[in-house]
Amino acid sequence: MFELRDRAMAEKIISKIRDMDQQIRIMHVCGTHQDTLVKHGLIDMLTQVGVEVRQGPGCPVCVTTPQEIEETLALARAGKTIAIFGDMLKVPSESGSLLKEKGKGADVRIVYGINEAIELAEKIENDVVFIAVGFETTAPATASILLGKPPKNFSVLCCHRTIPEALRILVTSGKVEIQGLLEPGHVSVITGSKMYDFLSKDYKIPQAIAGFEPLDVLMGVYLLARQIKNGEAKVENAYTRAVSPEGNLKAQAAMANVFEPCDVKWRGFPVLPGTGLKLRPEYAKWDARKKYSDILAPVYTREYDEPPGCKCGDVLRGEIEPQDCPLFGKVCNPSNPVGPCMVSFEGGCAIEYKYRRKS
Amino acid sequence: MAIPGKVIEITGDKAKIQYGEGVVNSANISLVEVRVGDYVLVHAGFAIQVLSEAEAMETIALWNEMLNTGGFPDA
Ligand code: SF4
Repeated sequence: MFELRDRAMAEKIISKIRDMDQQIRIMHVCGTHQDTLVKHGLIDMLTQVGVEVRQGPGCPVCVTTPQEIEETLALARAGKTIAIFGDMLKVPSESGSLLKEKGKGADVRIVYGINEAIELAEKIENDVVFIAVGFETTAPATASILLGKPPKNFSVLCCHRTIPEALRILVTSGKVEIQGLLEPGHVSVITGSKMYDFLSKDYKIPQAIAGFEPLDVLMGVYLLARQIKNGEAKVENAYTRAVSPEGNLKAQAAMANVFEPCDVKWRGFPVLPGTGLKLRPEYAKWDARKKYSDILAPVYTREYDEPPGCKCGDVLRGEIEPQDCPLFGKVCNPSNPVGPCMVSFEGGCAIEYKYRRKS
Repeated sequence: MAIPGKVIEITGDKAKIQYGEGVVNSANISLVEVRVGDYVLVHAGFAIQVLSEAEAMETIALWNEMLNTGGFPDA
């Protein structure tokens, strides 16, 4: 029921896009879209019919800042048990990486989700800190767990970010001119399609929500191309089997209960107002930043630079392609990643390396 | 990455979800209203949405129609 890979259909969509006979540039903000685009060769097919697809800041691990990585390292060094998604482990920062700390004896556990972090906290005595990264797709899970009053030895280092406001900044201040936005399917599952209306209304930008099968993505691109050709700007939904206008109201309610918006920096961007989530004061006892303020204080006394030579910021702003980075495939590769975009399976550089040009 | 699976058993906030032909895993269902037999999208151990099977079945038919009739330039 979910196999949307029919070749004839793909060719039909592509030829319809070709018939429009236009040169356009669109952007997506989703690591999984990038994976589908590159893995199935759609990016090249689309380029040939006049559609350039750029990737934006859609990889949650990649947009996590050096300061957040340093916070995690400080907690690991202070003896806390760190529960974290596997692809955060190798993200290098100035003072090391979690993988190195683990090698030196820190207690770092890979989990697939916050539910596993809770199970861990119930089993062991030590303090467990879950490093909560991710957009609207994962933030409701964090909220749901906190609503359930987790054990005392559990806390969350909240690094969640939200997409719609960040898109406003991309559209209004990006260096790269984009004519349409392909919206991330699984973020939209939670937010609903209505959440994007303001962008089309205020900035006249065409938008389409797409799922992750090749045909989902192609259909999303087709809808964008058609809007651009017709001079329209609205939100269209090519992922109706999962995304409704209102989204998942239960998940939204859980998030609203537990989090409040805050201003936060994204890697490659300045502080983006209102795009972060922090725990409301009622949840302070599970807020690692409050609970361990003494351990974390030294982290905030200075700024942290990006790894020398790394162009992840440019990649995340959609200004360059991974292979435009001089380190790509040479100094920087998956076994020796210089920046997070080469670490995460949703990172542009890792995807490019895996499926296509290795240098 | 979220993947679709079928709910085969529910116990409180937890459900057993079957993926494809075989693999069965547990997921938290506190964010959705589901019944046994529903398809859900699971992300990082949480079901985040119930999928509409009817919509899924119709997707291709709908798209075909859109491409044939509503497709540019004859739109
Ligand atoms: S190739 Fe490596 S160094 Fe260059 S931008 Fe990507 S992650 Fe950073």
